[in-house]
Amino acid sequence: MLELVHFQVLSAALFSIGIFGVLARRSAVLVLISIEIMLNAVNVNLVGIAAFSDRAADVRVFGQILVVFIITIAAAEIGLALAIVLRVFRNRGSANVDELNVMKW
Amino acid sequence: MTAQLVVFYILGVATVLSSLGVVLTRNVVHAAFMLLVALLAVAGIFLVAVAEFLALAQILIYGGAVTVVVLFAIMLTRSDDQPRADHRQRGLAMLAGIGVFGLLVLAFVASDVASLGGATGVATDSGTGFENLGLSLFTDWAVPFEMVSLVLLVALIGAIMLARNLEDGE
Repeated sequence: MLELVHFQVLSAALFSIGIFGVLARRSAVLVLISIEIMLNAVNVNLVGIAAFSDRAADVRVFGQILVVFIITIAAAEIGLALAIVLRVFRNRGSANVDELNVMKW
Repeated sequence: MTAQLVVFYILGVATVLSSLGVVLTRNVVHAAFMLLVALLAVAGIFLVAVAEFLALAQILIYGGAVTVVVLFAIMLTRSDDQPRADHRQRGLAMLAGIGVFGLLVLAFVASDVASLGGATGVATDSGTGFENLGLSLFTDWAVPFEMVSLVLLVALIGAIMLARNLEDGE
């Protein structure tokens, strides 16, 4: 029987994979990909909870509306962030996050 | 072992394995394609949870747009010498990932959401179908919806301004 905890464990696994990717990767593009994985983990959690709620349908749908907003913000984020990465690469010749230390004291 | 559970397990394993591939592979382009597989598997998970609109949006936006944009960014930021894809703090990052996973699973199991009296199965009525979602989005959530569209517009204009080549003398 499919239960809510299945969705939650899958979401936790995706989120921690994303955290590992953000912390371990050098390329800024790969860091952004890992952030996308973390956002998807949140979406899986929200969709699971919306599906397993016993509220009325017009309340239950709110979980999915939050996911719509998260997808939109994620699209805006990846577009803007990749533009910044392109600009950084053009200015400094590298898109590795450990070489971007211009603002470091 | 219902068919629903079997499908969920297949999609879940596909999602987790391809996400692991994204963060573990050395090849950046492979990482982008693994991301595509992971996001499409998540769309399947949405279908298991009877969220058809979100599955479609996931395939369109992530499977189409985001993957293509990421591939373009990889192509444009390609440098020839890539001795290693990871930091030296990789071990620490793995520790952090495993720690967060353990903490989250512990919290989810300990919180015992089922005791709050939620549904025992995925609701299969049309409550979260296209009609209800659209109605709710354009009545109760109309103002946040317009605001988020404005945010998207501003972000995309900003992205164009940032990525434009200013040295071309335009």
